Amino acid sequence: MKYTEDDLREELKTKEYEYGFYTDIESETFPKGLNEDIVRAISKKKNEPQWMTAWRLEAFNAWTKMIEPEWPNVQYTKPNFQDIAYYSAPKKKPKLNSLDEVDPELLATFEKLGISLEEQKRLANVAVDIVMDSVSVATTFKETLAEKGIIFMPMSEAIQKHPALVKKYIGSVVPPKDNFYAALNSAVFSDGSFCYIPKGVRCPMELSTYFRINEGGTGQFERTLVVADKGSYVSYLEGCTAPQRDENQLHAAVVELVALDDAEIKYSTVQNWFPGDQNGKGGVFNFVTKRGLCETNAKISWTQVETGSAITWKYPSCILKGNRSVGEFYSIAVTNNFQQADTGTKMIHLGKNTKSTIISKGISAGQSQNSYRGLVQINSRAENARNFSQCDSLLMGNECGAHTFPYIESKNKSAQIEHEATTSKIGEDQLFYCNQRGIDTEKAIALIVNGFSKEVLNKLPMEFAVEAQKLLEISLEGSVG
Amino acid sequence: MDLKEKIVSSYVAFEDGVNMNSDVHEIRSKAFQNFEKLGFPSKKIEAWKYTSLNAVLREDYCLFPNKKKTVTLPQVKDHFIHDIDTYKVVFVDGKYSSFLSETTHDNFDVCLMSSALAKPKYKPIIENYFNKVAKQDHLTSLNTAFVKEGAYIHIPRNTEVEKPIQIINFTTGTEDAIMTQPRNLIVVEQNAYVQIIERHQSLTQNAALTNVVTEIFADRYATVDYYKIQNDHTSASLVDNTFIEQQSESTVAVHTFSFGGKVTRNNLNFYQMGKHINSTLKGITIIEGKQHVDHHTLVHHTAPNCESHQDYKGIFNERAVGVFNGKVVVEKDAQKTNAYQQNNNVLVSDRSTINAKPQLEIFADDVKCSHGCTTGQLDEQALFYMQQRGIPKKEARALLMYAFANTVLESVKIPEVKERITKLIAMKLSVRIGFDL
Repeated sequence: MKYTEDDLREELKTKEYEYGFYTDIESETFPKGLNEDIVRAISKKKNEPQWMTAWRLEAFNAWTKMIEPEWPNVQYTKPNFQDIAYYSAPKKKPKLNSLDEVDPELLATFEKLGISLEEQKRLANVAVDIVMDSVSVATTFKETLAEKGIIFMPMSEAIQKHPALVKKYIGSVVPPKDNFYAALNSAVFSDGSFCYIPKGVRCPMELSTYFRINEGGTGQFERTLVVADKGSYVSYLEGCTAPQRDENQLHAAVVELVALDDAEIKYSTVQNWFPGDQNGKGGVFNFVTKRGLCETNAKISWTQVETGSAITWKYPSCILKGNRSVGEFYSIAVTNNFQQADTGTKMIHLGKNTKSTIISKGISAGQSQNSYRGLVQINSRAENARNFSQCDSLLMGNECGAHTFPYIESKNKSAQIEHEATTSKIGEDQLFYCNQRGIDTEKAIALIVNGFSKEVLNKLPMEFAVEAQKLLEISLEGSVG
Repeated sequence: MDLKEKIVSSYVAFEDGVNMNSDVHEIRSKAFQNFEKLGFPSKKIEAWKYTSLNAVLREDYCLFPNKKKTVTLPQVKDHFIHDIDTYKVVFVDGKYSSFLSETTHDNFDVCLMSSALAKPKYKPIIENYFNKVAKQDHLTSLNTAFVKEGAYIHIPRNTEVEKPIQIINFTTGTEDAIMTQPRNLIVVEQNAYVQIIERHQSLTQNAALTNVVTEIFADRYATVDYYKIQNDHTSASLVDNTFIEQQSESTVAVHTFSFGGKVTRNNLNFYQMGKHINSTLKGITIIEGKQHVDHHTLVHHTAPNCESHQDYKGIFNERAVGVFNGKVVVEKDAQKTNAYQQNNNVLVSDRSTINAKPQLEIFADDVKCSHGCTTGQLDEQALFYMQQRGIPKKEARALLMYAFANTVLESVKIPEVKERITKLIAMKLSVRIGFDL
């Protein structure tokens, strides 16, 4: 039988979320609602020092005065912030040293997710920190990393063990009052990953965090902080899934990257929160603030594959503060059914000879809306700044939409900025060309979509590329070979 | 008293001077209420993010100038395209100047909005077209509330207007500061053809604010060729709101040449209501000093097989600020749309700024939409090449800038307009050029 685009569309419509299971692990959840007491309670639960509690409370007070942003090109019922449990953790167990001590139920969960810790430990050479319902449950390879002086541990542990480092850098890139969701996160974040690479160290393996929302009625608020000291290098991966639920769950994370002189951080995300069912019911609201700061000669590279979430609101940004610093953003955003994504980047050029590249690929199918929103800002002192942006959209069917909102602000005459955007569908002639050469339609569509996203997929680290490929398959099964 | 309060409180006085028992007045009252609610746009509004009217609104504008000043032809001759025969509709301080104008009622109407609003003869057209396509935002509402005078052009079926029509608004500076709100309506019926040149010019250094609304209707197979020349004093500000509705197979081109003014804001909106429509939006902006030019375009594609072409070039010197916000919307049914948008900018000085936002909103899958936006400087190597060959740096720069702007100039269809623009560009770059482009 002939496989056509219509068949593909049909398949996309009915394709179910593979990670929609729920693991029955006993967990401890705070009552729903948010007030100062909850913030204090979270802080106390985490055994945090005084300054951290004060920091949270300040953020909370700022948050109460803020209003939710309405400018994104997405439509949804606003979450009721008093109807969310702000803390949920798998029941406290003694600290684990090796994987053997991890709850077998948990291990099974991760097995299902395709990120078997055991397997990864043996084969992939990836250090994983796993965050389930906002609490870090397992971190692998800690010792190996410690030998090099690399600190990679849950945020809560870092606050205990390395308070000076955390205090110095937390909130330095994304201030607690930065925006509505960042303020919320700052007030209630329960855990996350902390990573510090010492001077001149090249991190020998990929560091990875895996996020999973498990409990119903909870939100996930994790905070990631990566500090790469002078001349160091690290590649960091992030993945996420959630069970299939009828309700909308809120995920409001903050990621801060600090790349000191000559350092390089590569941050890759494969986001696959539950996108809602084919009628647009349920799904995760993904409101994330990600930002990196580059000092002299430093480089930050964001790569993201966005396939999940009912609503995505996410703009990984680079502040190119130091001279000759480089910012990169590579993104594939796939939306299907009733998903809505408003995603893009900000490149703020402050230093001289700074460079930035933006490659954004949007694929919309079903009745989804996919927006690219980006800002390229060249300040008056950013001599010879250079930016290249490209946003391409691929539309499947005529019920979906693709939007581009690029903002370009230049205050320096020596700056060179280029922006281009195209929107297209898989052309009949392209398919015909392939058919002529004996490639059937299914394979041809796969070929074209693959080619369309290749520029970004190529930027993913090897260990992650397989998983990204897999996730793309879930979202656009039949089109990726 | 700020300007909004002043405008609101003067509305009663304005009502005394117009027929309050007409349909038009109902439209006015509604618009007035709307403006009272909305006020002037602030930078907090997304569409005005990069353009602030605060400095402009601070002036104490006279809303209904009474003092009369006669303007003689030699005084203003330079502001006309005078070397060819044209129809002219000329306003001085918002009032019609019959002495400078040349209107007609043979075959087609080139006359005044005031008479079109008053006389029953024009009623069907006014009823069908007046205030239909104009979106009731802040400043359009304000204009509609005070609608009284402007140009009225109606071209019936199968008529080709043999010579261009000029619409010119002068402000004379009899008052310290003056605000005018012309309202133009242009209806071009099936298979008709018209060329129009619009200009706003202040004759003194006194502050002037013009808030003009132009509505253009192009019926099936109609062709409208529209030129806006903006080269005013640095004390004059202009908010130009143009709304164009096109029916199947019509062609409308608007060229905007912005060479001066304190704050110039061009809201250019195209609404395509049929198939096989062609819309062209082009512009050249060359400004310096502290001038500010903002091009805000919208092309709304609603039906299949339409095209739109946008090409805006900007050269910004000293502390000038340029804004380009181009939006293309392609509705679900507008398959096979071909929308093209290009915006190129050159910053000449370290203190000049450009803010660009080329925006696409696409709901149809079988379309070709692209936009390109660049900001940069002149090619140093090309400059060096020309200097090597004995062309002085200044002229070499001018040559490169001409070449840069030429893609817009070459589609100007009236040779005299092209010549005038070429001269204006030469003046702007303070060079003499001895060649045609």
